[in-house]
Amino acid sequence: MKNEQKRKDRGRIGEFTIETILRFFAGISILTTIAIVWTLFSETIIFFKEVSITEFFTGTKWTPTLEPRHFGILPLFVGTMMIAIGASIIALPFGLGSAIYLSEYAPKRVRKIIKPLLEILAGIPSIVYGFFALTFITPILQKFLPQTQVFNAASASIAVGIMIIPMVASLSEDAMMAIPDSIRQGAYALGSTKFEVATKVIVPAALSGIGSAFVLAVSRAIGETMIVAIAAGQSPVLTFNPLKSIQTMTGFMVNISLGDIQHGTIEYKTVFAVGAMLFVITFVMNIIAKMIVNRYREEY
Amino acid sequence: MEIKIKVENLTFYYGNFKALDNISIDIEDRKITALIGPSGCGKSTFIRTLNRMNDLIAGTKVEGTILLDGKDIMKNEIDAVELRKRVGLVFQKPNPFPKSIYENVVYGPKRHGIKNKAQLDEIVEKSLQGAALWDEVKDKLHGSALALSGGQQQRLCIARCLAMQPEVLLMDEPTSALDPIATMKIEELFETLKKNYAIVIVTHSMQQAGRISDNTGFFLNGELVEFGQTDILFTKPRDKRTEDYITGRFG
Repeated sequence: MKNEQKRKDRGRIGEFTIETILRFFAGISILTTIAIVWTLFSETIIFFKEVSITEFFTGTKWTPTLEPRHFGILPLFVGTMMIAIGASIIALPFGLGSAIYLSEYAPKRVRKIIKPLLEILAGIPSIVYGFFALTFITPILQKFLPQTQVFNAASASIAVGIMIIPMVASLSEDAMMAIPDSIRQGAYALGSTKFEVATKVIVPAALSGIGSAFVLAVSRAIGETMIVAIAAGQSPVLTFNPLKSIQTMTGFMVNISLGDIQHGTIEYKTVFAVGAMLFVITFVMNIIAKMIVNRYREEY
Repeated sequence: MEIKIKVENLTFYYGNFKALDNISIDIEDRKITALIGPSGCGKSTFIRTLNRMNDLIAGTKVEGTILLDGKDIMKNEIDAVELRKRVGLVFQKPNPFPKSIYENVVYGPKRHGIKNKAQLDEIVEKSLQGAALWDEVKDKLHGSALALSGGQQQRLCIARCLAMQPEVLLMDEPTSALDPIATMKIEELFETLKKNYAIVIVTHSMQQAGRISDNTGFFLNGELVEFGQTDILFTKPRDKRTEDYITGRFG
């Protein structure tokens, strides 16, 4: 009787200890996030004491390290968006196409081989993609479009697009495979072709999963640093021509961090301001995505 | 008596396993044909050969002939996709698409080229009425099909099938996942549907077969042991195995 009580007590203490430790782990990651956001925004606030918000958001020149200094983020923003849009144009059709093939068409044996292969693509370090863009994609572009500059947005965005294909494909395929087979059978029994089953039933049913896969991948493209630092160039010029050298927000941050910038100077603070912008963009994108996903979920 | 589907010497293999052995059976038009037998006896496999759903499973082989209105459906020139428009199948577990009720019903017609909104609206109303579901859902046609009860979902699946204006309705244990009241509603529905369609229903329940069918076939181990008019098969079975099964000695 007494022993049993002891065992119970010990069990309770054990449970309590484990819970505390786990709570500590969870707390650490949340605290870290808060600390990062705090650093980002406190430096950004200081930055905006020296640079007007209007100039930052509407200025079309970005020369924070050169006199006369200009702090218009538009060139960087447009550069980033060109990369993200270009990458999406590559990754969405290829990613979704591979997902449809893998989940609806491929025999089990083929899927078993292709899916891991596809995921290997995701494991290639992005610096490799960067050099791939510079030494392989750019020369091809130059062959067909001679006006292409050595560093250009198109080449980098193609490489980023290729890099995020596996992410789109793999996550979309998971979402499509999660649709029960009975739904497929039902569609076939109504006289659908394989293509109709895939495009009219399975893709719409998996749309929330596919949407979130796509948004995650685009976020990744926006945050991608190494490829654009190597292949896209370092010219923060406002242009919509993808064949020209540009600079993205991440590209700028890398560039500044590599130079010998003094702590506390205005150049130093620009890194935080641009970083905060980047954070806000991806954050808002994720929220929009969640809203879209929830709306689709409600309908089903 | 008009024969809709004539099956002759049908043998079916999953890999090396012979799931159906030399089945010959006549499905009458505007009649309900019930197929009974213990689990794994081949009755579900059999009705899936009638609209070539088994084509979707790798490693299967069919021998023999199935004539729909006298035409062989196993020949490749009759496309399985076209065939399934004429021979609808309702599954054991309701499987509506995760779309609205309206979209579920118009799925088939849309696939087959009907785009006119007024025409689609009419099909939806007629099909849902045909499946005795219209009054329950007419105010929420654009609500999710998944929000319906199991019985309603199954009637929606029947409506979805009717919307294609098939000639034959195959039902694979359509009420086995439903409660008695929903089952009763669907059985009543069969009585009206048989005025226009040849219906083949696989059922686990001998009572159900007795209640609704005109003809009954008894399957055992891939063989069609006995086939005939329902009242005769249940009262004067010719085969000992049929008698044993319907009197509950096994199964």
